Amino acid sequence: MYSQGLIGAQTSTEEDEAFLARFQERIDAEEKIEPTDDMPEGYRRTLIRQIGQHAHSEIVGMLPEGNWITRAPTLRRKAALLAKVQDEGGHGLYLYSAAETLGVTREQMSEELLAGKAKYSSIFNYPTLTWADIGAIGWLVDGAAIMNQIPLCRCSYGPYARAMIRVCKEESFHQRQGYEIMMTLARGTDAQKEMAQDALDRWWWPSLMMFGPHDGDSVHGDQSAKWKIKRFTNDELRQKFVNATVPQAEFIGLKVPDPECRWNEEKQGYDIGPIDWDEFWRVVKGNGPMNRERLEARRKAHEEGAWVREAANAYAAKRKARKQAAKIAAE
Amino acid sequence: MTNETPLWEVFIRPRNGLAHRHCGSLHAADAEMALQAARDVYTRRGEGTSIWVVPSAEITASDPKDKDALFEPTADKIYRHPTFYDIPDDVGHM
Repeated sequence: MYSQGLIGAQTSTEEDEAFLARFQERIDAEEKIEPTDDMPEGYRRTLIRQIGQHAHSEIVGMLPEGNWITRAPTLRRKAALLAKVQDEGGHGLYLYSAAETLGVTREQMSEELLAGKAKYSSIFNYPTLTWADIGAIGWLVDGAAIMNQIPLCRCSYGPYARAMIRVCKEESFHQRQGYEIMMTLARGTDAQKEMAQDALDRWWWPSLMMFGPHDGDSVHGDQSAKWKIKRFTNDELRQKFVNATVPQAEFIGLKVPDPECRWNEEKQGYDIGPIDWDEFWRVVKGNGPMNRERLEARRKAHEEGAWVREAANAYAAKRKARKQAAKIAAE
Repeated sequence: MTNETPLWEVFIRPRNGLAHRHCGSLHAADAEMALQAARDVYTRRGEGTSIWVVPSAEITASDPKDKDALFEPTADKIYRHPTFYDIPDDVGHM
């Protein structure tokens, strides 16, 4: 999903050649770039955009799963889902903080999200219709996210790389709990198995779209790769994901909804059928099934939480004034 | 008491790419002198590539007495760990 963070990124930069060459030398030597270091404006802008979108994705990503917390089938499933959604919230916060080291404020980023100017991963604009969707999200959506995030642990920007290490470590349970749900359903009654297959049918292609456009159509990949923000191309990561996931589906007796999906001995990977890029762009541009509802939910949460932020500030000011008064009285 | 030299907490980044880690404290009259002193006191043997100094008075710490209330509740939340979930070995690494 994080490759989508580069869509529309302005990687152009205006520094002189010598400065850019020095910066590139540091990157090539695998030196991490830290917040107070000199960096090209294009590098800073690209990262603010990508990390910001990554953070928004974590936060909006809480919504489709949150939809099922009260209806989880057992206490075990409910505790796991709560813990997972809580993690996503935490991951959003690590990422916002990493973006803030680049000179953007949390308020600016939230405003951009709520105004519909900042993007988040297209995957969260699909609805969670059945309990099996919770399994499919953990298995496929988190699986795809992990594929993207593992190389980001080596990203050239220090605070982003360190946040990713933490996120990857915490996220290792997310995919397993999803697969466990799918496996349980796939081994259940006919109706349960059907529900699992239906979820796979609906989530498979949107999950493949999470990796972003094909390499040939992705304009900003080159500069990002040169700056070592991105370590693998969209298609490379998508292929890794397909290779890992197709056998996992087969293992539990499910089938990915792609009649052209078959093993290619020569490339030692699966070939897949064409991705519907019209659908992808429709969702990215705001016209997916749930885009309006997701933003509406975020706006509502922001507005309804306003009194909490105001009250906390008022309470802190009051406490400070009291402390000062006590200090003056003591002197 | 105002004549006391302020206390600073020192954080060192041991290597390229790692986070700064707390390594100790020292007294210095201002931030710049604290940085110079930290360099002499804490990085004489190549321990670091970057230093942060933070006024000790600015640090708010949790009370050790609250340790159980703060941290004990995570002990029974085993479902936050990957090993809690049963995935057959045949599926491979996940």
